[in-house]
Amino acid sequence: MTTMTASPLGRLGRLMVDNPLVPLILLLGALIGILALLNPAILSMFWAGNTIKIAIPLAMLAACQTLTMLTGGIDLSVGTVATIAAFVTATLAPLTGVPAAVALALGCAVIVGLANGFGIAICRVHPLIMTLGTALIATGCLLVYQRHVIATGVLIPDVLIWLGTGRSYGLPNSLALFLPFAILIIWAQRRSGFGRLLYAIGANEAAARMSGVRVWQVQFTLYSLSSIIAGVTGLLYLGQIKTASLSLALPLDLPSVAAAVVGGTSIFGGRGGFGGTIVGALILTVMTTMLTLLQMPEGGRRILFGLIILAVTALLVRLTDRS
Amino acid sequence: MRRLIETNGWTIGLGLLLALLLLATRLIQPDFGTSGLDSLARAALPFALATVGMAVVVIAGGIDLSVAAMMAVASVTGAVLMDGASDGQAVLAVIAVLALGLAMGALNGALIVLTRVTDIVVTLAMLFVWQGVALLVLNAPGGGAAPWLRALVAGGITLPGVPAGLTGWLPRGVVFLTAVTALIWLPVARSKLGLMIYAIGSDASAAFRSGVPVGRTRIAAYAIGGLFAALGGLSVTMGTGIGEPIPGPYLLASVAAVVLGGVVLGGGRGGLLGPILAVFVLRTVRMDLTLLSVDPNVAAIVEGTIMVAVVMFGAVLATRGRGA
Repeated sequence: MTTMTASPLGRLGRLMVDNPLVPLILLLGALIGILALLNPAILSMFWAGNTIKIAIPLAMLAACQTLTMLTGGIDLSVGTVATIAAFVTATLAPLTGVPAAVALALGCAVIVGLANGFGIAICRVHPLIMTLGTALIATGCLLVYQRHVIATGVLIPDVLIWLGTGRSYGLPNSLALFLPFAILIIWAQRRSGFGRLLYAIGANEAAARMSGVRVWQVQFTLYSLSSIIAGVTGLLYLGQIKTASLSLALPLDLPSVAAAVVGGTSIFGGRGGFGGTIVGALILTVMTTMLTLLQMPEGGRRILFGLIILAVTALLVRLTDRS
Repeated sequence: MRRLIETNGWTIGLGLLLALLLLATRLIQPDFGTSGLDSLARAALPFALATVGMAVVVIAGGIDLSVAAMMAVASVTGAVLMDGASDGQAVLAVIAVLALGLAMGALNGALIVLTRVTDIVVTLAMLFVWQGVALLVLNAPGGGAAPWLRALVAGGITLPGVPAGLTGWLPRGVVFLTAVTALIWLPVARSKLGLMIYAIGSDASAAFRSGVPVGRTRIAAYAIGGLFAALGGLSVTMGTGIGEPIPGPYLLASVAAVVLGGVVLGGGRGGLLGPILAVFVLRTVRMDLTLLSVDPNVAAIVEGTIMVAVVMFGAVLATRGRGA
């Protein structure tokens, strides 16, 4: 610890760990600068609005990862939950009307969240394995469901299309959902008792337990909340993509983890926040644009995302090592 | 004798369960016989090899989430190298794929040791990396497999001089599985390395103080896991004749089979026979559901639920064990 603070590099490292927003915003600026060099014509108000629009569902799914990672967990079922919510809404809307369809879709999301909570909080399965398992089962259920509703047709509610693709004053309408959401999450993690419990469990679960925190209740609530957020994201994404497919939001699974990790949230818990995650989602979106410009194939993109996760966590471990 | 039953009770129980399930299969489908056993063995082979690889890593106290992705890399690499190659070249291709598996596993282990990041995070990141590599090698299912390699796992055993009725029921897939597992694992388990793998799994710091090179042993365990993953990937190519760049559902299935097979998550205890029997138990359940003409998607749900329940049960046991 003393040697760490003595060296200027170590001090810079600590500063970055404590205030991840500053270097992240600088990185975002640098990426946009490189993009401008690659293709000067691309930068415009329209492009900025588009980038924000694409980054919002990613940031919302990354909110699930941020919250679960604060306790040292992870939620790999978010992509599946979002897909299910979108598919159920689109296929039930012509039958039951929009409000009932949305309610049923979010109900499905809650069921997955409760299953996750049961396995993780009560049986103490590792969150990664548990959420992978529920995602597998939920995908199976979706396939069975899809075979039974194929005849009813698909209706994507106008509200969702307005929210997903519309623009007002040059800015995407999805901000109307995202801004209150982001403020709520940031408020909850910083000021509410629930948010502090998340940090407490992530920093030292045994200590939190001995201070009287009912860890299982917190985890139950957390994974249900994570699934609800994923479900809402699925609805928004449905409005954006405007097709109901069985793999709608699955490609967002990995980037959502990457966005939270890049945003400075520690995958081991107790460190980070949603503010950094939002910037992380923007960075990844800009980077994807860049990779598309450079015509990087899908395989290369996955390798890059994997290496980013590994490099950032390895760096965080080095910088925060107190031994 | 009594001690043998006590120490191997779990494995013997699994064997009995498998026998009961096969009997049940016979009741469901009266003409279930040689060809049914053969297709069961071929379907179970990639799962069994993935599970063996995972079991070695879990015994060493780790977990490798990239097992399915490494299998995909091995499968496509093998298929691309063997496409249109002669038999001799195909042998070289197989050796190259096995070396690649060793290297991939060793890289996973080395990254865990060097970065000091936990195994779950490193292998999650590597899962994405290997997926990407598989897609770069082959963008869509394709390539080929040497005919002799495919014949290695198809059909029954025929020995010269022995009547076919005596050995014909034994699927080549099972013999192949037993042979490669014994060939790789027995020398390791009997050597110092095997002892060290169990040692770092049961207590890494105690092993370190007894002079075990923990880092190197961990890398070796992951390398062996990678080797089995490569064999699993090859067996996918053997079974279908093409390379498959999208990883199959082998990750969760292998974790479930390892837990069901009596290897404790956390390491240091268990063997390889239990997990292999567990794979066959899970595959037989799946086959029975198919024979009962259950919708394949419903069968997938049932299978997933069983696997999750097994993992939950294993986690409860592991927590109890730590508390006691």
